[in-house]
Amino acid sequence: MSESSVRPSGQTSGAPFETSSGRLRPGGRAWTRSTARAFQGAVGKMPWLTKICFLWLILVILAAALADLIPGLADPNYQGFVFGDGKTNEGPTASHWLGTDNVSRDILARLIYGARVSLIFAFSLVAAGIIIGGTLGSIAGYFRGPLETFLMALVDTWLSFPALIGLVFVTTMLGMRNLLVLVLVGSIFVWPSYTRIARATALSVSGQDFVTAARAIGTSRRQILVREIFPNVLPAMLAYSLVGLPVLIILESTLSFLGLGVEIPTASWGGMINQARQDLLINIWPAVWPAAMLFMTVYSFNNLADWVRKQAAARSAAI
Amino acid sequence: MQKMIVGRLTRLVVTVLVVSFVTFVGVNVLPGDPVNALIPIDAQQDREFVEQIREEWGLNDPMVVRYGRWLGDAVQGDLGRSLVTGQPVTDEITHRLPITLELMAVAVGFSLLIAVPLGAFSGYREGRRSDRLVSGLAQAGLSLPVFVTGLILIYVFALRLQWFPAVGWNRLSDGLGPNLKSVALPALSLAVTEIAVYTRVLRSDMIATLKENYILSARAKGLTDRFVLFRHGLRPSLLTLVTVVGLNIGFLIGGSLVIEYLFAIPGLGKRLFSAIQQRDFMMVQAITVLITVFYVIVNTATDLVYMVVDPRIRRTN
Repeated sequence: MSESSVRPSGQTSGAPFETSSGRLRPGGRAWTRSTARAFQGAVGKMPWLTKICFLWLILVILAAALADLIPGLADPNYQGFVFGDGKTNEGPTASHWLGTDNVSRDILARLIYGARVSLIFAFSLVAAGIIIGGTLGSIAGYFRGPLETFLMALVDTWLSFPALIGLVFVTTMLGMRNLLVLVLVGSIFVWPSYTRIARATALSVSGQDFVTAARAIGTSRRQILVREIFPNVLPAMLAYSLVGLPVLIILESTLSFLGLGVEIPTASWGGMINQARQDLLINIWPAVWPAAMLFMTVYSFNNLADWVRKQAAARSAAI
Repeated sequence: MQKMIVGRLTRLVVTVLVVSFVTFVGVNVLPGDPVNALIPIDAQQDREFVEQIREEWGLNDPMVVRYGRWLGDAVQGDLGRSLVTGQPVTDEITHRLPITLELMAVAVGFSLLIAVPLGAFSGYREGRRSDRLVSGLAQAGLSLPVFVTGLILIYVFALRLQWFPAVGWNRLSDGLGPNLKSVALPALSLAVTEIAVYTRVLRSDMIATLKENYILSARAKGLTDRFVLFRHGLRPSLLTLVTVVGLNIGFLIGGSLVIEYLFAIPGLGKRLFSAIQQRDFMMVQAITVLITVFYVIVNTATDLVYMVVDPRIRRTN
């Protein structure tokens, strides 16, 4: 998928999900439910750093989702100095908590609305990956045959094309770049790695006794795919998504940094950094804030993903 | 073994063909007429002239015919001429390729130099304070996008301390000193992520290796810790690292595109970027295919090296 060519294997390095998902127990949906329950209790057991990361992510997600409702938050695109009621490159003040950028827009507001762009991009692509990749991969892994051979050859070929270059290419050519277009173009590059993981998981699930049992009591193959295979593929997809999210956030910010993300003046972290980098020596803060937001958010996702992986590894070791 | 190699090579050729075709179709289907790159704006109104140019460059033939023509020339080493400069694409690529390759090679070399001892040490001290520190730093390094790392380095070492140039490039022919100075910051920016990735991989691999029985027996023989660590522990783990370096080439290619943009380095990535913006589709086509070929060859080579070096894989296949 796109993530893997942008930054492959590093994040998935320690524990391949195929192995942990290879140890599946019967009753797919119950397994998902028990994971959710374990997750609730687990937040309390997190190390303090992971807890902070978790809280930070909740804060960012809430702020991004409710940006329009935050009282007193400035308009992210309002350039006060045009109307004589604002200064460019201002330090923190009561009305602009994090100061203003080089065209006098409120940095805090732009950070929050920028979070929206990053998160919508990342979460939509993960959803697209799970839906497209999960379906194709489950079908390939369960039904096998020539379709599987063809699909996997396609995936292999697709993955040998550096995604960032493909994205730069398509977004430039299209000329029109709103969030919807970016997500649609992104999905072209996201599905292959999800397909690969879904297929590997479906392959191991297919050999389990409960699938044979379902077949023995006369369940149709299509029913088995929907009721037995897919629910068991889903946890592996979700685990992979948690690793994929930070990579996608970096991808979006990189595109914006290159001037190929959402069109200006829409705020995005990468775009803010790109705009601020011309004046680093005059005022460094308009670059520092979005860079810090980007780093903290990506780090939080990585930290959380690592923790979840460790938990999963510990659980499968205990069984 | 031989069958495997033949299989891999076939797949390599097929991949390159498919990618070059998809790129070709992509360049032609997406909005943006290549004629606009060929002639000035005021001449674009002259329909007759535009038609003449289209005919001259063979733009009116069906796409498959044009792809066939391009492929036929490409196999003979002729990648066509740039629509914007009129220069042979091959010339420009041979001029710029060394820069990008140097950047990537220095980045990988530097990363390995740091990551191998760091990863081995961290794995050896699993769970101790030093391991937790290294792992934490690696996680942080992984969370820094290359352009942010690059900007931090530019700010500190170029703008504030003025030790290195902030932008531009000095070729090796300009002298070793200036060349090293211009490669230092861009390569380091790329290296930070690579170091983090390599360290993590090597660490987890070392942890697994050090639990093997032969390590125990080596220890029981009374060999020193250091000898066991580097001779018995590190050797099998390095194999995994080779694969990861190979797989990470894709990230490195994307990263160097960004870094060349940030540092204004006249490498392939920057040229691809400007070619895309100018709709110079011959250039885009050539560079994209080149990158794919490079990427696939590196991955195939990694697989083959892996097979040659590790007898276990050779036997199972």
